[in-house]
Amino acid sequence: MKTQRSLFIGGAISLVFLMLAALSLFWVPHEVTSLSIAARLQGPSTTYLLGTDQFGRDILSLLMVGAQTSIAVAVAAIGIGAGIGVPLGLLAAAHHGRIGDEVIMRGNDLIFAFPALVIAILITATYGPSAFNAILAIGIFNIPVFARVTRAGALPIWTLDYIMAAKVAGKSKFRISLEHILPNILNLIIVQATIQFSLGILAEAALSYVGLGAQPPTPSWGRMLAEAQTMIYSHPMLAVLPGACIMALVLGLNLAGDGLRDHLDPRLRQVVK
Amino acid sequence: MLTYFLNRALAMILSLAVASVVIFCLIEVVPGDPASFMLGLNATDAAVANLRAELGLNQSGLARYLAWVGGMVQGDFGISYTYRVPVSELIQDRLAVSLPLAIYALLLSTALAIPIGVLAAAKRGAWPDLGVMAAAQLGIAIPNFWFAMLLVLLFAVKLQWVSAGGFAGWDSFGAGVASLTLPAIALALPQAAILARVLRSALLETLEQDYIRTARAKGLTRRQTLWRHALRNAGIPVMTILGLQFSFLLAGAIIIENVFFLPGLGRLIFQGITQRDLIVVESVTMLLVFAVILVTFLVDLAYAALDPRLRR
Repeated sequence: MKTQRSLFIGGAISLVFLMLAALSLFWVPHEVTSLSIAARLQGPSTTYLLGTDQFGRDILSLLMVGAQTSIAVAVAAIGIGAGIGVPLGLLAAAHHGRIGDEVIMRGNDLIFAFPALVIAILITATYGPSAFNAILAIGIFNIPVFARVTRAGALPIWTLDYIMAAKVAGKSKFRISLEHILPNILNLIIVQATIQFSLGILAEAALSYVGLGAQPPTPSWGRMLAEAQTMIYSHPMLAVLPGACIMALVLGLNLAGDGLRDHLDPRLRQVVK
Repeated sequence: MLTYFLNRALAMILSLAVASVVIFCLIEVVPGDPASFMLGLNATDAAVANLRAELGLNQSGLARYLAWVGGMVQGDFGISYTYRVPVSELIQDRLAVSLPLAIYALLLSTALAIPIGVLAAAKRGAWPDLGVMAAAQLGIAIPNFWFAMLLVLLFAVKLQWVSAGGFAGWDSFGAGVASLTLPAIALALPQAAILARVLRSALLETLEQDYIRTARAKGLTRRQTLWRHALRNAGIPVMTILGLQFSFLLAGAIIIENVFFLPGLGRLIFQGITQRDLIVVESVTMLLVFAVILVTFLVDLAYAALDPRLRR
């Protein structure tokens, strides 16, 4: 029952942020691009629920659009990671023990050996800081993760009888991978995607904090923190709120991921202590 | 043991070689001409031509790559374009901040995690255990640069115990350590929570083994079996996490140096980026990658020392 609870709580937290981000596509309390020096650095009020920043922008609106930025970058990075990693993992498993498998897995090890954030910094530094390059940088490091999970999940399934039957029936490795293997490991991939989602949020925050993520005027949680840092003495709340959002969303996703894993794979419930 | 060592060493060298090719290509080949990139849009043709000659851009890519790698092997990282001093000097200065910070944080996190992890395993299901589990969730979720800002807010702004940032230098050892303490705590605490949780799970698994029951049957107390037998055997997963954490600490340190205005490698990289000093960026990145790959190698060796079965 504990796993149900963490899935429920984590899912609820994540959903709140997803909905706020979705809402910000259509409506925000105040436009985030409109600066109003007269209204700068106000405390919470009925007009500005969470107050305003040094440019007079509404903090709540900034946080909502910031959620959208973070989530969009992390999801797109998962798209890259899963889009390339899952087929690679399926391919490696289908050719288990042969040269293709070996090449794919050693290639994965190499990417794993790299300090992800450093390379992400390098990519965004040479190709210019932008949300797109941040997605690319985070996405590349998602590839080996998905490839590994996919391969590890697929290998035991290849030994099962019904796969043998499919082979005898004349199905190609490609069709077997697609029709029999993939549906059976989809839950593993979904759980991994939740974990990579939360890591992506953290990575995006770090990149945009150092100025290598989405560029102004697009709001992002990381840059809100960077901008707030100079005013930490006079207006500490500016530095507290965006960080709290990052932490809450990552926590929510992790809880949901843990709960989901236990829920989808009941065998783990006995093993997990 | 020797084949294991050679195997791991070969893997390390291969990783380094690939890493250097990737970094070189990313910085020098793909964006077009590095000289015009570094000088910006308003540069005169003559200035670009001068810099091209200085960087050796008239040579082939392969020759430049070999010169770069060959130089680094001998400790020559090139001359910084903006500072006009050898990059190796810059790195040395900055390393005097970043390396002690990373080691300080690693020690702090291990020193906290081991007793806490053992306590949680010993009191399984009781409040210290639940506390560790909750803290570990927070430790994973909290961005460490934000945690650092919260620490500044509490200790520098509200309590005014320490200054909010800057580095006092190593002229006085105490002052140097003092200015690294808050950054080290910011890096170490979240990692300590994660490490304690891993240690707890590893200990619980070990404590169910038969030889632990034997040890208890021999008359050892619970405490003795825990510290003497279980802790040693829980070492492998803990080593793995420590190795991974070094990579995190290094990356975290780069970011956190910005929060505390520490003149470390992270600041050097970002200054290099804003000043388009590609030579600095390229060499410092390679150095960081080297550090991470080296630590992975050392962790692999430590595995073999801890678990003879892996030496095959």
